[in-house]
Order: sequence, then C-alpha cells, then structure tokens
Amino acid sequence: MADVVVEQGRVGRTSQRKGASLHNVLGRKSTVAFFLTLPLILVIALLVLYPAIYSVHLATLNKSMQKFVGLGNFTFLFKRETFWMVVKQSCIFAVTAVIFKALIGFIVAHFVHNIPGKKQRKWRGMLLVPWVIPPAMSTLAWLWLFDPSYSAFNYTLSFFGIGPIPWLGETFWARFSVILVNVWYGAPFFLIMYLAALKSVPDQLYEAAAIDGANWWQKIWYVTLPMMRNIIAITTLFSLIVTFANFDIVRILTAGGPLDTTQLFATWAFQVGIQSSDIPLGACVSLFMVPILAVAAIFILRDVTKRGNEA
Amino acid sequence: MSTMAIDKAGPSRKVKYGSMSRDRTWALRWSYFFLVLFAIFFLTPPVYMLITSLKSSAEISAATNPWWVFHPTLSNYVELLTSNQFLRFFWNSSIVSIVVVIITMLISIPAAFALARMKFWGSATLATGVFLTYLVPDSLLFIPLFKMLALVQDLTGITLLNRWYVLLFVYPTLTVPFCTWIMIGYFASIPKELDEAAIIDGASWLQTLLRIFIPVALPGLIAATIFAFTVSWAQFLYPLVFTTSVDQLVLPVGIITTLIKGDVFNWGQIMTGALLGAAPPLIIYAFLMDYYIAGLTAGATKG
Repeated sequence: MADVVVEQGRVGRTSQRKGASLHNVLGRKSTVAFFLTLPLILVIALLVLYPAIYSVHLATLNKSMQKFVGLGNFTFLFKRETFWMVVKQSCIFAVTAVIFKALIGFIVAHFVHNIPGKKQRKWRGMLLVPWVIPPAMSTLAWLWLFDPSYSAFNYTLSFFGIGPIPWLGETFWARFSVILVNVWYGAPFFLIMYLAALKSVPDQLYEAAAIDGANWWQKIWYVTLPMMRNIIAITTLFSLIVTFANFDIVRILTAGGPLDTTQLFATWAFQVGIQSSDIPLGACVSLFMVPILAVAAIFILRDVTKRGNEA
Repeated sequence: MSTMAIDKAGPSRKVKYGSMSRDRTWALRWSYFFLVLFAIFFLTPPVYMLITSLKSSAEISAATNPWWVFHPTLSNYVELLTSNQFLRFFWNSSIVSIVVVIITMLISIPAAFALARMKFWGSATLATGVFLTYLVPDSLLFIPLFKMLALVQDLTGITLLNRWYVLLFVYPTLTVPFCTWIMIGYFASIPKELDEAAIIDGASWLQTLLRIFIPVALPGLIAATIFAFTVSWAQFLYPLVFTTSVDQLVLPVGIITTLIKGDVFNWGQIMTGALLGAAPPLIIYAFLMDYYIAGLTAGATKG
C-alpha cells in the first residue's frame, strides 16, 4: 500500500517535473530570447524605423508644418535648378570617389601584398591612418592645406611653376578637392578589405597560371579578380552608400559653395532643413537618397545571404 | 650523351631562375617606391597638422615655408589644454563616447546571442533587419530625429535638444546595428558543442552567455567596442544638429564652431585641437590595431 503510494507519487512527480521542465525550457527559451532582443528591437523601431517613416510624413507638410501639401514639396524641388545640380553633383561625387577609392585600394593592396610579411604590418598600419582619424578633424587639415592665402599646396606647386590654384574657390577645383579628400579618407578601407581578400587567394592558383604562361595582367584578370569578386562587389556597394550620404567633408571644406555647386543631398538637406528651418523641405531632400541606398542595399543583401548559404 | 643533355638543360634553367628572382627584386623595389608615394599622400594631412600645431600665429602669418617649423613652440597645446572650454569639449566627448559604448554593448551582446543561438520566430528576419539598419546613414535620420526630439520635449517638458545627453539616445542608431551584426558573426562561429555542453551541465541561457560566449568571443567584443567608441567620437552631424550652446558641444563640433570665429582662422590652435581630437582613436588604433582591422573586415566578410 505504502509502496504503491510512494511509487505513484514518484512517478507522478517525475512525469510532472519532466513536463514542467520541458514546458519551462520551451517557454523560457522564447521568452528569454524576447527579452534579450527587446532593447535592440526598441532601438531599431523607435530610432531608425519610426524616424524613417516620420520623415515621409514630414515631407508632405508645408513649411510651418500645419498643412498637408501632398507632393507639393517634391514638385517644388523639381522646379528648382539647385535641386538638379545637387542630384548631379551627388552622383558625380559618389561615383568618381568610389571608383578612385577602389582603384587606389586595389593597387596599394597589391604593393603591400608584395612586400615580405613582417614589414607588411608596419606599412598596413601606416596606410590605414586616414581612416582612423575622425573625418571632421582630418578635413580641417585639408582645409588648411587648401587655404587661399597660405595654401601649402600652392606654395609647393609654385616651385614647379604652377600658378596658384583656387582649390575651394572655383567650381571645378572645389569639386575636385572634395572628391580628393573623400578618396584620401576612404581608400584605406578598400586597401584593408582587398588585402584581406588577396591573402585568401591560394598561391597554387598563381603557380598554375605561371606554368600556363600567364603574364601579370592575365594573372590579375583571370585569377585575382574572379577570386576577389565578392569582396570587391560588397565593398564598392557599401562605400557607395556611405559616400553618397557623406556630410562631414563637404560641410567643413566648402559648406556647399561656391554657389551650391559642391552641395550633396546631406549637406543641402542640412542647409534647407536645419539652417533655414524648413524641416519638411529638408526631409524631402534627404528622402531622395533612399532610392539609391535601397538599390545598393538590395544588392549587398543578396550577396550576404548568398554567402551565408555557401558557408 | 645523356649527361651532356642534362648539362645543357641545367644552365638554361638556372638562368630562368635568376631572371625570376631578379624580376622579384625589381617588383619589390617598385612596390616600395610606390608605397612611399602613397604613404606621403596618406600621411600629409596628419603630419601637416602636427607641423602647424607647433607654430606660433606670428610664424604662420609670416608665410614662411609651410612644411618646416623654424621656432617650435608648445604654446598652442598649453593654451588649449588650460582652456576650460576646450577641456569641456573633451569631457563631453569622452562621457558621451564611453556611455554610448556601454549602452551599445548592453543592447547588442544579448541580442546577438539570441539571434545567433536561439532560433525563434522571426529571428532570421530580425538579423537581416539589423544589417539593413546598419546601412541607413545618419544624414537620412537627422531631420526626423530633430523634429521627434522637439515633439518629445514639448510633450514631456524634459529638455532634450541642446543638451549633450541627447546624443546618448541618437548615437546608438549608428553603433548598435553594426556591433550586433559583427557579434552575431563571432557568436555564430563558436562551436555548438560548447554551449550544448554548458546546457547539459545545467547552465541557464544567461550563464551560457556570460561564462562561455563572452569569454570565447572576446576578440570580437573588443573589435565591436573599438568600433562603437570611434564612431561616437568621430560623429559630427548629430551633435551639429542637436547641440548649439558652447558648453554642450562635443569635440569635433566644438573645434569648428569656437576656434573659427567669423573669417578669422587661428590655424595653429585649430590644428592643435584637431590633433588632440584625433588622438584618442589614434592611440587606441596604435595599441589594438589587429582588433581594429578585424572589426573593419568583419563587417563585410563575416556576414
């Protein structure tokens, strides 16, 4: 009698405990996961997703934000010449800068890869310095190098008989300067990415190519580039987004001048939305960055998920 | 007969070797040559900062050779480091960056752990969402955030705009997605057997995270910390928009708004300020270069 009771009790307890613990683990796992991700979800929802949607709403209001004007701000922008100039300059700036960053990064990565291992570290460390300095700080140094009256560049160029160049004063040179500074700042990032990619290319492939009689150009074209395709694509797209949305360099170097010819979406949105306090119009300007960002993001995402599946 | 043939083949092969190694030495020399050129290009601005920071304003306006310091002086450094205003910027920058790093880590480590190990409903979508948020630039968000903060301020009566602590709310939009993303990568690379063993031994999820994942993924953690710190330290757009009073400014904005007075550029001080502002990231980089580079490449290669 007693035995049975004890046994029953034990069986009952164990089965109960088993059920409870199983339930617990299931319940706990998803609740724990929920609580662990909750802050992240809140940050993304409240500080990224909501503002993004809110800015669409803002873009449909009039300047005092009292009246709904629909697409009024957009049609107003389309009629302004400055807007089209900003579109053009943003595209010129982003495409040119990214191409040069990628080229310089690719070339310098090869040079660094060529030299023996120990010194490589030192060179790599030195060449990455532009990327480490906060861009606002380094752009100040460039502003000083370009200074109209004490320009160190013009001083140096005068020895070669090249007349004073109005680095930031003329449209062409101002555009050249902002691109130059952006290339200077961004090329080290490409360098590091390409160097990592170069190291992952197996030596056997080059040896095989050499035996087949490939010259250096064919080695790059048929071995290096296909092996680095993924990294090149993802780095370029990523940099395209960052460069397209650039603010610091243009703001500090030219503040959009001369005559708004170096203005990018970000700097113009700042000028219109914050400085002239026409928030809806500013929101509207910055929204024009979305299409190109979305296209680049889709491509990056496709690449990332594809690589995820391979791994 | 056969030996002669071998002999003939021998020297010619040797010549080939010689030419190859000669090619290689020349390639090396050219590499060094171009590397020096590129290093000059990359290092000119920081070196020029240093040169100018050692000059007095008299020497700068005398327009002598800009690449050389004739009368080196530390007066710019002394002046800035004893100026309460500049120290205030430094303090604001430090406190904002450090608190943002802590907030970022508190948010992204648990989230990355959950996303890497606990498959739950929507976890894959959320991970993709995190990556997409990382691609949203600050220049898209500053206007709606500005308006939102103004509204919150009106509704609650808490002053947010033009206070340095407002930056603690907005910087995580830049740091959290990336840090979560690379931590997911690092956590996912930890062998499953490790946490299974911990669970079998009766560890809870939190214990697994604290005792196993964080110690094992420490290099990733350091890389993420460095990233969060440098991003918050270098951020320029948000503080420019959200803070205006001199005592609330962080370093980059402070230098630009206070040292440039109208059209008067006190270049010696500006360059000193810029160099001091660039110092913390540079020092971290000098000591933790490998982590820095690991974090940099992880963003695109780990994913």
